[in-house]
Amino acid sequence: MIETELSRCVASFYPGAIGVTGAAKLSGGASQETWTFDIVHASGNVGAILRRAPPGYSASPSPSRAPGLEAEAVLMQLAYDAGLPSPRVLHVLKPEEGLGRGFIMVRVEGETIARKILRDEEFARARPILARQLGKIAAGIHSLPEAKLPKLRSNSTTTEIADLAREYRSTNWPRPVFELALRWLADHDPGPSRETTLVHGDFRNGNLIIGPDGVRAVLDWEIAHLGDPMEDLGWICVNSWRFGEIDKPVGGFGTREDLFAGYEEAGRRVDSDRVMFWEVMGTLRWGIMCGRMMQRFRNAPDHPMEQAVIGRRPSETEIDLLRLLAPRGK
Amino acid sequence: MQDEPTPTELIKAVADFLRTEIAPAIRGHNAFKLRVGINALDLVTRQLALEGPSDAAETARLKALLGIDGSVMELNRALAEKIAKGEVDLDTPGLTEHLWQTTMDKLAVDQPNYASYKREQGDKT
Repeated sequence: MIETELSRCVASFYPGAIGVTGAAKLSGGASQETWTFDIVHASGNVGAILRRAPPGYSASPSPSRAPGLEAEAVLMQLAYDAGLPSPRVLHVLKPEEGLGRGFIMVRVEGETIARKILRDEEFARARPILARQLGKIAAGIHSLPEAKLPKLRSNSTTTEIADLAREYRSTNWPRPVFELALRWLADHDPGPSRETTLVHGDFRNGNLIIGPDGVRAVLDWEIAHLGDPMEDLGWICVNSWRFGEIDKPVGGFGTREDLFAGYEEAGRRVDSDRVMFWEVMGTLRWGIMCGRMMQRFRNAPDHPMEQAVIGRRPSETEIDLLRLLAPRGK
Repeated sequence: MQDEPTPTELIKAVADFLRTEIAPAIRGHNAFKLRVGINALDLVTRQLALEGPSDAAETARLKALLGIDGSVMELNRALAEKIAKGEVDLDTPGLTEHLWQTTMDKLAVDQPNYASYKREQGDKT
């Protein structure tokens, strides 16, 4: 039972903790899990989250792209220390604790499900302010001191195009629209960015904790890297993260103008052409990820139904790429 | 010759049973997975109805565009290769229309509720 190991672990770093209660798995496949639990304390219970790769699994599901859970803990703590909405990290797991690799953080209350954020009355007052808030938060992430960052991979527009082309070709399934997008990206590659910063890498609706008051936390730093900061601003505009609200480019709740204004108010500059370039790249990236899900479905011993269905979603990005690159009536 | 009911009728009957009798009784993550499963069955019935005509039309367009013969898969591979090499692009007569039609036909099967698809359908009519 995980509560036994958690109780022992929590006692080692949380003064006055007398145990844990209510441990429940929130999500995760075999290699990575998220658990919620409460630290029991005389002055009141404290909500906590465990993110871990169970014993025997690597701390990074795809070591070539993801820096691993220890690096994720460092980044979240750096963000917290810089005053950005990020959960405070309480503890990084040690091997002798028997919980695997990963970390424990404070549980931030709020909603992560994108469709609820876009439709529920509870968030009606928050929605109009989110884009500007997220612009400011992105600027904060891109300003985190490089000297304190853990070891991360680097990318550029050029390496990213090459990666996408390789991943697409590995699926061995002809997609003329993806070919067109790859050509467009190669022909419009803006080259090296003016500066290289920390890039969150998965900065989008669905990876945010939102309350009625706005953004409470940015999650899922697992593909963070060094690169062009405009990548994060393009990714959050990808139509796949608008969840049906296609006329509100930022996450389905806001405008690019508000996102950019929030970013620039925090003292950083937006290059809107590069943002648009990364939006096209991101749309293609999600499409290729969906296409590769087909292979994972076919190769997995239990042929999981959810992966099979995602394998039929690249066409969503094909229409979005056509809307971006070859709009009708023009 | 296989007997009736047809695959479409069988899948529809199963999907309707799951939707009306089973779904209301299931809670939690399995309710979500059941919805995913029912959607997949609906996708299969759409494909059984639409794939034949749309593949035939796609093949005819590809033959005209490329000036070669082949299966729909071979022709798609040939088109993909020509786009990759830059031999065919958006200035090539018929390419834009072909890609749009093909993509709309895919979404009619995969996800007819996708907002971009519904928008483009509305713009067309």
